[in-house]
Parts: sequence; structure tokens; C-alpha cells
Amino acid sequence: MTDLLNELGAEHDQKQFGILDEYSKREIRRAILTAVAVPGYQVPFGSREMPVARGWGSGGLQLTLAVISPSDVIKVIDQGDDQGVNAVNLRRLIVQSTKVHETTTASEASIVQSRHRIPEDGLDEQHILILQVPVPEPLRGVERDMRELARMHAEADYSKMWVSLYEDKVRNGVITQTTGYPCLVNDRYVIATTPIPRWDIPRLDQSPFLTLFGAGREKRIYAVPPYTPVTPLTFEDVPFEVEYTPGANCSQCGSSKSFLVEIPGPASRWVCSDTDWCERNSGKAQ
Amino acid sequence: MKLVTAPEWVLKVENLGKVFGNLSKHGIENTGPEAGTSKDSVTGAIVAAWDVSFEVAAGEALGVVGESGSGKSTVMRCIAGDQAATAGSVKIRTAPDEQLDIFNLSAAERRQLRVNKIAVVYQDPAEGLEMNVTAGGNIASPLTAAGWRNFSAIRGRASELLSRTEVPLNRMDDAVKSFSGGMRQRVQLAKAIANRPPIVLFDEPTTGLDASVAAGVLDLIRGLLEEYGLAAVVVSHDFSVIEMLTTRCIVMNHGRVVESALTDQLLEDPHHPYSQKLVSAARA
Repeated sequence: MTDLLNELGAEHDQKQFGILDEYSKREIRRAILTAVAVPGYQVPFGSREMPVARGWGSGGLQLTLAVISPSDVIKVIDQGDDQGVNAVNLRRLIVQSTKVHETTTASEASIVQSRHRIPEDGLDEQHILILQVPVPEPLRGVERDMRELARMHAEADYSKMWVSLYEDKVRNGVITQTTGYPCLVNDRYVIATTPIPRWDIPRLDQSPFLTLFGAGREKRIYAVPPYTPVTPLTFEDVPFEVEYTPGANCSQCGSSKSFLVEIPGPASRWVCSDTDWCERNSGKAQ
Repeated sequence: MKLVTAPEWVLKVENLGKVFGNLSKHGIENTGPEAGTSKDSVTGAIVAAWDVSFEVAAGEALGVVGESGSGKSTVMRCIAGDQAATAGSVKIRTAPDEQLDIFNLSAAERRQLRVNKIAVVYQDPAEGLEMNVTAGGNIASPLTAAGWRNFSAIRGRASELLSRTEVPLNRMDDAVKSFSGGMRQRVQLAKAIANRPPIVLFDEPTTGLDASVAAGVLDLIRGLLEEYGLAAVVVSHDFSVIEMLTTRCIVMNHGRVVESALTDQLLEDPHHPYSQKLVSAARA
């Protein structure tokens, strides 16, 4: 009896790892397991209050803190940038509370938490990519009734999504939706690929790494497991295209094969969105 | 009572009943035309429809006539699957070896029926159409639900349907909310026949349109019934609509069928006192 109490006491005295308590971690991990088992299905979970405001990556942060272990190496990016304000703060929070190693090189990391981008290269089977999702519901724009949304997902009734693509094409001549482009996962569920741009979608298809989507404010977790088909919804005769600006290349490394963002100004210029990749790429060129 | 039958039926409604609330023991006997009410005096349940049976063949239109509250729209909503019936069955047979009992289907299967087997044209176009979506987009909705994935094929089919229902093609890419009432109803018709469903239900299709526009829409509906060989159920309180579209009809009062007859016969020589009242009111 005393042994048991001592044991329990010892367990209780053990310092918790990270800022999430073990019950929260267990709940989030269970949601993750469900999400991996049913690719693309949005699993509700009890989103915790985090030291960051909802809408600032609290969903991604909870996922990271639930799956992280002392041997992990973390990379956090914001818009592809390791030094973005959001990335710096989240990384500091994760590293200080867990004492794991940090890196900016995707291939050296084991967990990559990202807002807006998938790193240009370096992700493989050992990686977990965690995305901070603002709006997890792909059909939110076409249907507001939650029960109706649940029904549409349950019956795989996505005709309203197709109508919205039709409308986009008719009104604008081209499909204008960029971030959050709707994709069919494993031929079953349509997901919002928000926050990543269209550019990154082909890399989700049959990807070797596990992708977890966490929406803290909307309390949803969904996943694209490794080697799962991800097909952007597109008409047969309207090919899916990624963002591309003719003639643009990075003013730092000269690349025209990476996702570029425009820096506005009197002399506007283009730079790679993935800063770490850009640095390595310009090193190679020199 | 004489059962309204068609030898090669596509749609068969048998003893359909819909009760809102809990019936008392003698609730059915104590409601209906004889009782003069559809409300169960013990429990307050409403017997909206009871013991409604009819059959409709391909290329034939059946009218359901009655005043407001007589249960005709309830019957239509039960057939369309918008509402669950309390009793009876609705069967459809759109191919020789097929026979589906609608109430035995799951919700998803019933929805699938609405895509390519049963279409509904509502009185209010806002119920059948998305007002903020273009006319073409509204027609794309049933087409994509049926698996169309080719943009130009969808556009082609939509413009074909819109020209068939006489909607000017230069309005195809305008939101339906900018359309007049008559044109909205024409878009709704185009949407209804998009997947060539064998069965179309019309719920007061011209009520709310002014007389000249209504005449045009009626003309169009009659043309579509013939051209597509539709099995149609037309719910209306308006005898001119019933006269123009249907060959047979049933008269409903307090949730029961009080008379079923050929349309011209009913208009010339109504038997049931309630039918007589209805016809004389319409002729006055």
C-alpha cells in the first residue's frame, strides 16, 4: 500500500513535459489518431487556452506540444520565414518549455510547425508537418448551417463546392481561389488546405511526411497521413495551376522555381517565401 | 373509393399518411371531411394527410387540388422526401426491373433520388434556387451532383436548358436574384429537368406570377411534360392550372382524398359536395 502511494507520488512529482498537462496531451493525441485513421475528417477536440491568442497559431501549437518529445528538433516558420514575429514567439515558447533543440533547416528538424507554407525541400518520412489553420471548414463559404455541413461531409455531397468553383470561373475567367484551395483527400473528404497556397498543394499529394492541421479557435484537427492521395478539385478541362508570375525571380538567390512573394515599394521586387531555402540556394550559387 | 390507377406506373403512392403529433385511439375516425377538421380533439395532433393513394404513369400529369391546409403540399413533401411520412409507402419504378420504396431508403439514397429521379419545382423560386448564384451556376448544381466534371460540358448543357426554358442566354451569368419572378421560375424549371428526371413534382408552379407570365410558364411546363415524357404531380388550388396540365386529379379536403376523377369530368360534373363547392367557386 505504501509502495503504491509512493509510486503514485513519484509519478505525480514528475515534472510535466512542456506546458500541456498529460490529460490534455492524451486528448489531443487521441484526436490526432482519429484524424490520421480517417484522412481529411475534421475531428473536434477540446481546444485549450494557450499563452497565444486564438487565431495566432494556438491550434498548431497544441498539436506540436502534444506530439513533441525531448529528442525532437523543432523548426517554426511564419509565411516561410523563420524570423517572422509569430514564428519567433512560438519557437521561443516551445523551446523554453520543452528544452528541445531548434533549427531552421527543414531536413534537420523532426517537427515543422508552419503558418502558410510547406518548406521548399527536405521533408521526408521522419517529419511531422504541423499547420496552423484559421478556417478548417472548406464549405464554410458555401453553406452556413452546421448541421447541413455535417451532412454534406457525411454523404460526400460536395456539389456546392463545385458550383462555387464554376461561379469563380464564370465571374473571373480563371479560378481565383489561392490559399485554402479545396482538395479531396483519399478520394473521400474535401479539406481546406488553408493556410498553404496552391503552390504547395501538389507536394501534399502522396507526401512521405505526416501533415497535421490544427485549428485552435474552431477546435478541429485533421490530417493528411503519409502517402495519401490529395487531389485539388478541378474541372477536367480547366487544369489546376499553381501561382506563377512570368519573369519573376528571387532578388536574393535568383530562383524562379520556388514560391515567390512580392515586396511592394517604389522598386518592387520578388523574394523566396522560404528564407532558409533561399539562403542555402544563394550559397550554392556563389 | 375509386383508386386512381395507371397501368404502367412510374410513381405509386399507397395509403400515405402524415400526422403531426400523437394520435389518440380514435384520432383517425374523428378527423377528416365528415368531422370537418383535421385536428384530433383529444391530443391536438394534426392529421395533415391520411390514406392518400394514386399512381402516375410516364407522360402523365396528376393534379392534387384542394384549399389551403387540405394536405396537398404535405403529400408532395412526403413524396419529395423533405418530410418523413407517418404511414404508407411511395414507390418509384423508373426502369422495368427497378422498384424503390422511398421510405426504405437512407437519407443519402433519398438525396441521390432527388438528383436524377425526382425533381421539385417550388412555388417560391428562392426555395429551389440559390439566389446569389448565377442562372448557369444553379443548373450546374444538379449536374455536378450527378458527376459532371467538365466545365465546357456543364456550360453547354446549362445554355441548352436555359434556351429550352426561354431564358435569354445573355442573362446566364447573372445572379438569379436580379431576375424577374417569371424568369426565376423558368430557371427553376431548367434546373429541375437538368438531369432528365422521370418524375417532377410541381408545387403551385405559377402562383405568385401575374396572369400573362403565368400563362407563358404554364405553356412551357406543358411542353416539357410532353417532350420529356415526365410523370408529374401538380399541386395547385388553381383550376386553370389543373385544367391545362393534368388529365386526372384528386381532390383533398381535411387531409383526405374526397374525389378522384378525370380532370374534365371533375370540372363538368363534380360528385363530392366539397368538389362542387370548389369548382363553383372557381367558375364564379
